[in-house]
Amino acid sequence: MTQSSLAAAGPSDAEIASALDRLAVSPASNLIAVLQEVQEKFGYLPAPALKEIGRRTRIPLSRVYGVLSFYAQFYTEPRGRHTVRCCRGTACHVRGAGRVLDAVERELGIGEGETTPDLVFYLETVACLGTCFLAPVMMIDNGYFGNLAPESISAILGSYRSKAT
Amino acid sequence: MKRLHSISDLTRWRNELAARPRPDAVVRVCSTGCRALGALEVCGALEEEIARRGLGDRVRVVRAGCHGLCAGAVAVVVDPQGVFYQGVKASDVPDIVEQTLLAGKTIDRLCWSSDGQAVPQQQDVPFYKHQTRRVLRHCGVVDPQSIEDSVAHGAYAAAAAVLGSRQPEDVIAEVTRSGLRGRGGAGFPTGKKWHLARQATGDPKYIICNADEGDPGAFMDRALLEGDPHLVIEGMIIGAFAIEARHGVIYVRAEYPIAVEHTKLAIAQAREAGLLGGNILGTGVNFDIETRIGAGAFVCGEETALIASVEGRRGMPRPRPPFPAVAGLHGKPTNINNVETWANVPRVIEMGAEAYASVGTDGSKGTKIFALAGKVTSTGLVEVPMGATLRRIVFDIGGGIPAGRKFKAAQMGGPSGGCVPAQYLDLPIDYDSVKAVGAIMGSGGLIVMDEATCMVDIARFFTDFCQKESCGKCSPCRIGTRRMLEILNRITDGNGEPEDIDRLQRLGEMIRETSLCGLGQTAPNPVLSTLRWFRDEYEAHIHDRRCPAGACRKLLTYRIDAQKCKGCTVCAANCPAGAIVGERKRPHAIVLEKCVRCGACSAVCRFDAVVCE
Repeated sequence: MTQSSLAAAGPSDAEIASALDRLAVSPASNLIAVLQEVQEKFGYLPAPALKEIGRRTRIPLSRVYGVLSFYAQFYTEPRGRHTVRCCRGTACHVRGAGRVLDAVERELGIGEGETTPDLVFYLETVACLGTCFLAPVMMIDNGYFGNLAPESISAILGSYRSKAT
Repeated sequence: MKRLHSISDLTRWRNELAARPRPDAVVRVCSTGCRALGALEVCGALEEEIARRGLGDRVRVVRAGCHGLCAGAVAVVVDPQGVFYQGVKASDVPDIVEQTLLAGKTIDRLCWSSDGQAVPQQQDVPFYKHQTRRVLRHCGVVDPQSIEDSVAHGAYAAAAAVLGSRQPEDVIAEVTRSGLRGRGGAGFPTGKKWHLARQATGDPKYIICNADEGDPGAFMDRALLEGDPHLVIEGMIIGAFAIEARHGVIYVRAEYPIAVEHTKLAIAQAREAGLLGGNILGTGVNFDIETRIGAGAFVCGEETALIASVEGRRGMPRPRPPFPAVAGLHGKPTNINNVETWANVPRVIEMGAEAYASVGTDGSKGTKIFALAGKVTSTGLVEVPMGATLRRIVFDIGGGIPAGRKFKAAQMGGPSGGCVPAQYLDLPIDYDSVKAVGAIMGSGGLIVMDEATCMVDIARFFTDFCQKESCGKCSPCRIGTRRMLEILNRITDGNGEPEDIDRLQRLGEMIRETSLCGLGQTAPNPVLSTLRWFRDEYEAHIHDRRCPAGACRKLLTYRIDAQKCKGCTVCAANCPAGAIVGERKRPHAIVLEKCVRCGACSAVCRFDAVVCE
């Protein structure tokens, strides 16, 4: 399945309307909180939803886009089923996070901010996961993997790949 | 839960809670930070085993916050004996129940050990022995999801005392006398900040708790919100009373899901108990708190950017004045303090300003929490009086550098800070002394670096961070950090030019002088401080094309020592680039053109035959 065919299967107008009804989106709403809730609901921020948010909050679409593109945690395209977050914090860095990230990129064949063609993994780096005592660390979805070495990456990612199929 | 209508209701509730029958034993499992290594499985196994043996009435399992010694995850404390266990797994649970809870014996293999000798008591473990845990006193002790537990341990007593019998000016005077300074980085006197917000005209007034702890390497605010959220809320109630603010906001980063959950729960519980909302404890004081979740932008730790983000806009800073105390959230007077500062406030009131200020240095009073990480044995959260030395923190408490390596520097203050070199190990640390050697206290991140850490690479790392996190509003920060990064990349890639050192110095000073906000003004600090103390490392990279620490990959060469190589083929099998050639049982060789310098061969070689130069 390609990215575009998946995007085509995004939420319908009715689904978007009902989600925004439930959140009572109005000019009094806080835009960031609304975007967070909508992303939580659909897994990303579909373009028709952004238009509708702009209409209901009376915030121009350009400003809605300005806000969402400012923050690292908003995305406008669907991402892989599993999110791999490699920590690039200081403690991880001095303990070899660079090599771990290289190994992950090699193993998945993608770079930071990209999704594997099979839509199983999305890779991102984060400034610090606040688990410096486990350095170097990565998270896959809500699971932590600490004290990593490049050699351990293949097996960890493999276990998620087999879950996915 | 009961709703409290007066201060005596709170006192009565606390007495009732304290009078409840006590269990024979309490097992406190760190269920926040240690969750990464299976703390919840340990809790589940404990509860199951205790129920199976019918000990449910006699033993209580507390899903507590962080114990501090994160290197010992999963960390467990058994009371009343005060036994500290580390590295606990679910499979250790039957032994803990059988031997420690039932037979009263300690299990040596789970204890911290010194020269092969087990140290069972938490208070005897060097990591704890040299600390002064004031703010963290109940972190790891109380169940952060239970307001009853916090109240039983004294929570909200200081707030009640303030609301019941003090004047706002008097509270501000007390905080001023205590010498408390902002724990978020700049060290601005808290009492003075409150005074400015109180004096400002405008209605309503706001207070904000900055929990956007974005400095890589700092995790004390995370631990406080996860492990003792009622302490932070109590501090905010006291501040709201002093400033006469009716609304509070806790702005917490989304990367801390447990902190978000515990904060929201604690606010809801406090509201239900009548400790937040209208007419708190019948005193006529109105104050409530809402949470806002950050969306991933480091610059939002800067106060004017944070306010923009709370308002739902791009988190970009604006010039000051006007300061938030005059025109902050929605243009109204706003007081912002960070989590650790708010958590200090109830202690100031409980102890009184004079007792609070009895520890510390002339200019910096009280204690400071440091997040100790990097190349140090006992990583974790450490609370020491202001004025403690690096040697005390890194060696006495942190247990020194692993693998017998030498201490090279401590990076303090994250991307805004600098490196404190080994000759200052005995410098008493406070806001002013750290600044004098070119670093900053910052939020208290303390990353230990040993001789295998390259200081140019560290400078490059932080510059890369600041460049990515620059909001782009002002050009010195947006363009300047990018130009610095280009120069540093060139140096660590082995293409540095002799003039680059001067260029970095000039560019750094320009960015510092001309940037709009704290992020830009401090972004050059890591470069300027490493240039000051480790200039020889820059010179080695530029003139000799050599990385003295052996960390900059493009400057390394891997080769195989033919004398040592047994031809086992393990390295060739593990090489991701197919760069290793050789026949079985014959010495192998690395094809340098193909080598990606990942170090995989060196890591897997059992004969120490891979040489890295």
